[in-house]
Amino acid sequence: MNNIIVFIETDGGKLCDVSLELLTKARSLAECLNVDVEALLIGSNISGLVPELYRYGAKVVHVADDPRLEFFRTLPYAAITIELFKEQKPQIALFGASSIGRDLAPRVSSALKSGLTADCTSLDIGDHEDARSGKKYKNLLYQIRPAFGGNIIATIVNPEHRPQMATVREGVMKKEPLEKPADGKIHQIDTAKILIDSDFAVEIIKRDIEEKKINIKGAQIIIDGGYGVGSRENFKLVFDLAKTLGAEVGASRAAVDAGFADNARQVGQTGVTVRPKLIICLGVSGAIQHTAGMDQSKIIIAVNSDPEAPIHKIADYSIIGDLNEVVPRMIASYKKHSK
Amino acid sequence: MALTSNHKKKYMSKEFKIVVLAKQVPDTRNVGKDAMTPEGTVNRAALPAIFNPEDMNALEQALRIKDKFPGSKVLILTMGPFRAAEIIREGYFRGADGGVLLTDRRFAGADTLATSFAISQAVKKMNPDIIVSGRQAIDGDTAQVGPQVAEKMNIPQITYAEEITGLSDNRITVRRRLERGVEVVSSTLPCLITVHATAAPCRPRNAKCVLKYKYSRTIHEEQDAANAGKYLLSADEKPYLKIQEWTVDDVGGDENCYGFAGSPTKVKKIENIVFKAKEAKKLTGSDADVDSLISELMANHEIG
Repeated sequence: MNNIIVFIETDGGKLCDVSLELLTKARSLAECLNVDVEALLIGSNISGLVPELYRYGAKVVHVADDPRLEFFRTLPYAAITIELFKEQKPQIALFGASSIGRDLAPRVSSALKSGLTADCTSLDIGDHEDARSGKKYKNLLYQIRPAFGGNIIATIVNPEHRPQMATVREGVMKKEPLEKPADGKIHQIDTAKILIDSDFAVEIIKRDIEEKKINIKGAQIIIDGGYGVGSRENFKLVFDLAKTLGAEVGASRAAVDAGFADNARQVGQTGVTVRPKLIICLGVSGAIQHTAGMDQSKIIIAVNSDPEAPIHKIADYSIIGDLNEVVPRMIASYKKHSK
Repeated sequence: MALTSNHKKKYMSKEFKIVVLAKQVPDTRNVGKDAMTPEGTVNRAALPAIFNPEDMNALEQALRIKDKFPGSKVLILTMGPFRAAEIIREGYFRGADGGVLLTDRRFAGADTLATSFAISQAVKKMNPDIIVSGRQAIDGDTAQVGPQVAEKMNIPQITYAEEITGLSDNRITVRRRLERGVEVVSSTLPCLITVHATAAPCRPRNAKCVLKYKYSRTIHEEQDAANAGKYLLSADEKPYLKIQEWTVDDVGGDENCYGFAGSPTKVKKIENIVFKAKEAKKLTGSDADVDSLISELMANHEIG
């Protein structure tokens, strides 16, 4: 009762990073509140994943294991989550802000009439005083997130409703297993008692999901391509420079949405957060939604022919030039000095 | 969609009622220097108001259903202040058949839960076969209202939809765009679908529709002194020019579920992001400048 429950996502039989990151964060929140961290694991044939959840601090893993739950569907997953939350009354519930979390969490929060804050970039525990009533609250979850296209940072609280729910994107929190796994136990959820026929109104006809190949989070050098690169074909320049320097390739949301680069390369508020020692931004305008995901890089080099582009304001080296000319020059120069 | 000759008559005669949930939002996508205050924060009032982009993608999916099933009706539902009627008109210009503006001071201060309550009350009154909306709005960015409306209506939801690929009397088939691939699902009707930005863009304005609906308006727009002399034709003569406004009284429900009172989440604090200019070393893209940069980076072992 009154604990923190983290919804666990799985992918191809493995635990998703975002869930492990959230368990790590939940541990520090739980320590402030003097409560336990628990996990909710839904799927088919998933009991083998439980020990790793103990390693990340879950004292209880609530398991709903049923062949019908192999792939995510809103209605059965929601039914199980809602039933568990009603029974266990967590004070905080955390979900990854993935396509699953952003589908499931609002459905659950609506049913429980609780508050939900999406895409939090930070979570904290603190006090609150209601401006209108003067009522004081202690130890609320501060749900901090960008809004208004990333131009403001808002701190949201749910003073009266439970659970306090938040979704957080992958890569925002850091994952860290415990030295010694938690002394945890399993609570087996009786899915047969909860699920009804109408929960299966949606049928999955086909799935064509690639295995996760690209992960740019840990790269030390990143070449970051923006909308200014112009096309998927021209992104070859970005990849060429990356190959020359032994770097990984990132992209802005604008470039990804336009099909120039894969989703997994997206850097920014709605992509991954990266902290390389060097990032070279090519044709990136520097909108806040993007820079929020890379402005902690140690050295930022910006190549953008528009001198007014905001990226130049956060760059350490600002090249006002055409990336189509600059990149080949960079490659040639590197090769020359490498000899 | 493949239609066999046996079923063609049955399918062609089916008419669907589709409600498009749309929002008028400030254009937050590219906050240029014109919309920045001298302190480096965003000047919200200076941003133009637009039809939320992903709701446009949703509108296109709805219009495609109407293309395939003539006689179907596409209705725009939006919740907002009086001027949100502008996006209903925009919907008409693209091919929508009707619209409702949900507007009431009592809706003010609503978070996603209270918003979805108001909207679900209105949708229940409209009783559609299919509800489509954009995945998320560019001001709130939460993607919560769609699923919350679906929950309140106790109907299935399909999110991250890229295309509606099939439709029959009682089932809809949708291709979803997920992080690393696609998933094709089908659902019973009624159903709520949220549409992703990777879906087809909305068709442009239709000249005939623009001519027909140019002077469509709400009661408030008609009575607004700023519009004096604009509306020559009486809307009583041409009822299709009337854009309906609904208030709390029209949609009913527990008043405590609306607005600020019905919002579990409260904003504790807002901080403006201030653009802090850094001391940058400025270079041109010339051979010489690029070469000196690369050799400096190599000398410092940042690369190579």
